[in-house]
Amino acid sequence: MIENIPFFCAGLLVLIGLAVIVTKRDLIKMVMGLALVEAGVNLLLVATGYISGGVAPIFTNAPSTEMVMATVQAMTLTNIVIGIATTALLLSFVMVISRKYGTRDVTEMRRLKE
Amino acid sequence: MIAETLYTGFGAWNPIVWLIALAVALLFAWFIQRLGEPDIPGEGESGKSYISGNDEPSPEDGHIGGSNLYWGFTEAMKGYYARVVPLHTGCLTDYVLWFLGTFALLFILIGVI
Amino acid sequence: MMDFIIANAPALLIALPMLGAFALPLVGRLGDTPRNAWVLGVALITFVIAALLAWTVLSGGPVLYTFGAASPADAIPADSGGIPIRIVFTVDAMSAFMAVFASFVGLVTCLYSVASERRSSGKDGYYALMLLLLVGILGMVCTGDLFNFFVFLEINSLAGAALVAYRIDKGVSVEAGLKYGFLSTLAGLMVLYAIALLYGQYDSLNMAVIASRMSYTMLDKVALALFVAGLALKAGAVPMHFWTPDAYSMAPGAVTAFLVVASQAGLYGLFRILFSVYGLTLSYVTVGWAVIILGVLSMFVGVSMAIPQKDVKRLMAYHAVSQSGYMLLGVGVGLVVLGDAAAMDAFGRTAMEGGIFHIVNHAMYKGLLFLTAGAIFLQTGTRNLNKMGGLGHSMKWTMLFFIIGALAIAGIPPFNGFASKLMIYESVFAFSPVIAVIAMVVSILTLASFVKVFHAIFMGPEQPKYEGVGEVPKPMLAAMAVLAIMTILMGVFPEQIVTTVIAPAADALIDQGAYVATVLGGI
Repeated sequence: MIENIPFFCAGLLVLIGLAVIVTKRDLIKMVMGLALVEAGVNLLLVATGYISGGVAPIFTNAPSTEMVMATVQAMTLTNIVIGIATTALLLSFVMVISRKYGTRDVTEMRRLKE
Repeated sequence: MIAETLYTGFGAWNPIVWLIALAVALLFAWFIQRLGEPDIPGEGESGKSYISGNDEPSPEDGHIGGSNLYWGFTEAMKGYYARVVPLHTGCLTDYVLWFLGTFALLFILIGVI
Repeated sequence: MMDFIIANAPALLIALPMLGAFALPLVGRLGDTPRNAWVLGVALITFVIAALLAWTVLSGGPVLYTFGAASPADAIPADSGGIPIRIVFTVDAMSAFMAVFASFVGLVTCLYSVASERRSSGKDGYYALMLLLLVGILGMVCTGDLFNFFVFLEINSLAGAALVAYRIDKGVSVEAGLKYGFLSTLAGLMVLYAIALLYGQYDSLNMAVIASRMSYTMLDKVALALFVAGLALKAGAVPMHFWTPDAYSMAPGAVTAFLVVASQAGLYGLFRILFSVYGLTLSYVTVGWAVIILGVLSMFVGVSMAIPQKDVKRLMAYHAVSQSGYMLLGVGVGLVVLGDAAAMDAFGRTAMEGGIFHIVNHAMYKGLLFLTAGAIFLQTGTRNLNKMGGLGHSMKWTMLFFIIGALAIAGIPPFNGFASKLMIYESVFAFSPVIAVIAMVVSILTLASFVKVFHAIFMGPEQPKYEGVGEVPKPMLAAMAVLAIMTILMGVFPEQIVTTVIAPAADALIDQGAYVATVLGGI
């Protein structure tokens, strides 16, 4: 049971991120909610690779050969970089919108509807 | 490369046969059009188009714009449109809520049923 | 040289446009003409390589390409115990089919952009983003590795969002780009969550390995729901279609035609997950009916929201949603009868062939329609149907191409829309008559709305405010002509296209064993 805590925390982070996206009205907070969802997915990825009793996957001077999975750590690094690009692009969009529309409220950003 | 017949398992569709039929029909239409007058004969009043005695409207007035063209259809389906169109609010939060709602429905459908 | 290209075709397919995209700002410093030549050259070479790859796959079976191995077909090293260990591109008939027409539409839209953007600024970023979007689409359809699929999905979403928001103007297109980027990223993160769930259970990222180890546990069901919801949002299925009209109407002229192909790459991902990764282990009746319901909703809501629209590109975007419903319907019917061999031979295979044929037909005629809308916007400066009229007197070629596109989307013979819609109607009628009737009613409403658009734009007396409007420049006409010719050709020779390209693609989806055997070597 206690081994599953990282997975529950990852799910909780995703839920908190989704709650932020849905309840907040400021665009920057919504994009940060998206970054929270991404953090939750990253935690899930890293937690999947844990092997009980394993050490870091580095061969030099390793205390034992029982190592945690290295693939997921590579996946998480890739996702962190993708997240940086995504958050940067979306925040720059929010910046332009706040300059052109004069507001950062998502309920006012409705010039395209129906 | 001759076009072959597309068999769907229930019927067949051969485009060449259809194109030949279309060519024959267009030929008939051209013959019939040749028998008529090329343009409205006469000058002055008898040279203009007949619109029940009214003047020809100006180009701006004579063209029905896009919104007015299917008025009968949108009027008849007013109950449907009054419910569906307001759902397209344009607010980003509602879009995310629809996505999460669809995921929840799919999860109940796939996982539980 | 030719052997080298054919042997490494999947890698060159991704590497060449990427190199072209990153080298483009350097070439752009030399001037406009070198930049145009560079873009067109890269797009043309990518199309040639995709055609070579498709020819190899259709004549010799699926192509396996391992990145970083001593020889490309060497997916499983001798000492790994039967597990493929590198990123693998599995190009079977369905992937090759999507890659060919995606690079074809990319070439045509780059040709169109050369003329339509000639007076705009910031062309370096525009063309670089177009080539990156091409890389994203080609990577999504060729890969055999789930995480690699996610990475290309994100490249697709980011390049698409940046292109939609490219002309800032008053900020409305940035709003559309924000909505598109936000929703696509959220869908991508849900897909990654599902990939993490699958990895945690089966300890592999390769689609074929997961397919061979798949047992349909509760976590797999959660992952399947996440996949379907996320990829259906990317494809623009109702009720997650709200971003489609905003993004497609605000994007520059040629970009919209290419965004349609990007959505269809998401649809390809959905089919690949459903058929090749899960296959017969999932409860195909339930999931198939879920896909059919998504399809029917998309068809009907898409076309009924299109009729009262005032903006011509928004109207066409709702029609794109509606036509995606046809594809979902056709392949959904194939999924419902996946385990039933008799029904599959009777109508399931035809339904899947119809759905897949509709994908390429839709890219052709919808691309043509969006290009004509872009041409009209370029000449008149407005997209509002109430303000246009009488343009048929001066823009004769654009009117002709619009007629071809409108008749094709409505399913009128002899254009290509009729052939694929006929296959869908007849096979879905054998499955469930009510749904076939709904599909036909939607087709009639499609014709109705395009008659409305045609009359509003081209018919009527010549308006004085459009006195000096002339025909669009030659490269734009050439791009539209190419798509129109493809529409007519695919309508007049449907049987050749179905037997050579579409039927192998449908078979590749249905036959999960062949997909697994390509990578794992017949285990």
